[in-house]
Amino acid sequence: MSNSITMVEAVNLALHSEMQRDPSVVILGEDVGVNGGVFRATVGLRDEFGIKRVLDTPLAETMIAGLSVGMASQGLKPVAEIQFMGFILPAMEHIIAHAARLRHRTRGRLNCPMVLRVPFGGGIHAPEHHSESTEALFAHIPGLRVVIPSSPARAYGLLLAAIRNPDPVLFMEPKRIYRLNAQPVEDSGKALPLDTCYTLREGADITLISWGAMIKETLEAADKLAEQAISCEVIDLVTLNPIDHKTILASVAKTGHCVIIHEAPKSCAVGAEISATIAERGLLNLQAPVNRVTGYDTVMPYYRMENHYMPNTADIIDAVTSTLEFS
Amino acid sequence: METVFTAGVTYNSYLSETGEPLQSLPNWTEQPDTLVRYYRNMVLARQLDNKIIALQRTGQIGTYASQLGAEAIDIVLGELMHSDDVLVPYYRNHALQMLRGMSMADMLSYWGGDERGNASVAAGEDFPVAVPIATQALHATGVATAFKIRNEKRAAVTICGDGGTSKGDFMEALNVAGTWQLPVVFVINNNQWAISVPRSLQCGAPTLAQKAIGAGIRGEQVDGNDVIALHESISEALKQAREGKGATLIEAISYRLSDHTTADDATRYRSNEELKAAWEREPIKRLQTFLHSKGWWDETQETAWHNEVGQIIQLGLNEYLQRPPQPASDLIDYLYATLPDALKEQRERLIRNAQPGGNHHE
Repeated sequence: MSNSITMVEAVNLALHSEMQRDPSVVILGEDVGVNGGVFRATVGLRDEFGIKRVLDTPLAETMIAGLSVGMASQGLKPVAEIQFMGFILPAMEHIIAHAARLRHRTRGRLNCPMVLRVPFGGGIHAPEHHSESTEALFAHIPGLRVVIPSSPARAYGLLLAAIRNPDPVLFMEPKRIYRLNAQPVEDSGKALPLDTCYTLREGADITLISWGAMIKETLEAADKLAEQAISCEVIDLVTLNPIDHKTILASVAKTGHCVIIHEAPKSCAVGAEISATIAERGLLNLQAPVNRVTGYDTVMPYYRMENHYMPNTADIIDAVTSTLEFS
Repeated sequence: METVFTAGVTYNSYLSETGEPLQSLPNWTEQPDTLVRYYRNMVLARQLDNKIIALQRTGQIGTYASQLGAEAIDIVLGELMHSDDVLVPYYRNHALQMLRGMSMADMLSYWGGDERGNASVAAGEDFPVAVPIATQALHATGVATAFKIRNEKRAAVTICGDGGTSKGDFMEALNVAGTWQLPVVFVINNNQWAISVPRSLQCGAPTLAQKAIGAGIRGEQVDGNDVIALHESISEALKQAREGKGATLIEAISYRLSDHTTADDATRYRSNEELKAAWEREPIKRLQTFLHSKGWWDETQETAWHNEVGQIIQLGLNEYLQRPPQPASDLIDYLYATLPDALKEQRERLIRNAQPGGNHHE
């Protein structure tokens, strides 16, 4: 019987498991060593694996990303932590101009098996620049995988997959649900597949697509709608690039209705890409326009107004209701 | 009040502009072999550079960054780096890349807009050219971190221009190299110009080498037109790196005798007088004079080598020009280790378009 653990504990368990299995895995980042990370995701790893495999870096995100590219080119598997999504911006040049292109531009002579772990999203009343959801900036980048778990078990299995993947992965951790729920996670060393959606609940009337922390509200909405005899299919997107459109299109073909839910601002976000693809390839299966429940096209507010910004369960229920009532 | 820290930056030079010793020369210069090899390689690099510019003017190669005036730095690095060291170059290191094993045809392919130039197996673990400024400095520190973690006696070497030292990447790389005592050698090709911006407008410090001091690593200036001074400085830095004694920053003072690239026109921003004066200091003539004075090189050898170089270049050029085009699918096939399902349809469209009769067929 496995112990029940939280998502952040599952991240730690996956790191521990893979470091034990593969000596080329090296953790680096700000405060990841002695302190075990500001969210404690790397706690205990330095004691177990030593200072050559858990590197407390100087406070410089550009350096953390650039250093990881160099390490990865040498066959190491750097797993770097960027402390908060709001601080990833200095690292973008290395992620986009180098990590995501190294295999392509050398025709496979060099590659870049690095993982950048980054806690993201709002809802924990954090200071400014600590609550952004900027996944769309990265999902647009050819060569870069963007992966987001939404449960402890998926965090464990997907992080193993990300580390084992021979290409760079941005592994975004929804910190609002880091400690929200615990579930049994077996330390099996088994990775979960990337590049595929996870259908969390099958349903007949409408397809709800979400990822990260908003999966919580999406499932809550599905529960409440079930009481009204509305059957929701809930899809966790998980890999934001490349997107598993096949699963989405098959679901929409079945239900004829779709609502996409994400915390990030609406315009040019990943929801827009999904919606456009459904319009391109599944239009005749739709009985109503695709609806989106998202953050506003504005700056992430300071925490006092955070609740005005964050989509919630009622928003999702409203969107589902209006989509189903469309005629 | 007390002084808690003092530091200085040395400048080293052995040969004057006219090829005369300025101080007693190191022992290795008593034998002709290395110095003659340096000379021959610099002549090859310069003739190739001239040839590539001609190719660009006739549309046979793309925009090209000339190395004119920086030959000494590359040639000496190429001599002293071990094959298992790793080079993390910028876009003015073609001669060095070739000394490291890259074929001339691959180098030409890179500048000819063909990614296969970067695929050169002979380049081993060396990085391809970095075009964004100074990003390569951080990749070199990452490579050096891997060496350190694995207890390998290898050095990472990275080069940037004077402009590159203004970037945060450069400073962050020096900083981590100092913090972790990384086996890396940073070389600045201070050629006095970053496109149109002169060295004086790049940084308020009197030397660029002193940026090392703030990072806790060795920093020194060296005459970048003097192969002997470069040899001394670089061999010591590589030795220190391989012995686990940390990083060095070498500021090699050179001069960009060319335009920034073939797309640039330096007459817009710098004077003929300055350029003329710089030609008096360039590295090849200086070494030639020295070799003549020692009786190690003469006109007959000069003519013979020039002819041989012409043939070497022609062979490389022929190989480049005869290279078949890449299949269109290469545009997608190397992006991921395994092609994701999501890209399969785009790949099919790409191939269809590239076929005879397709929208993109030339």
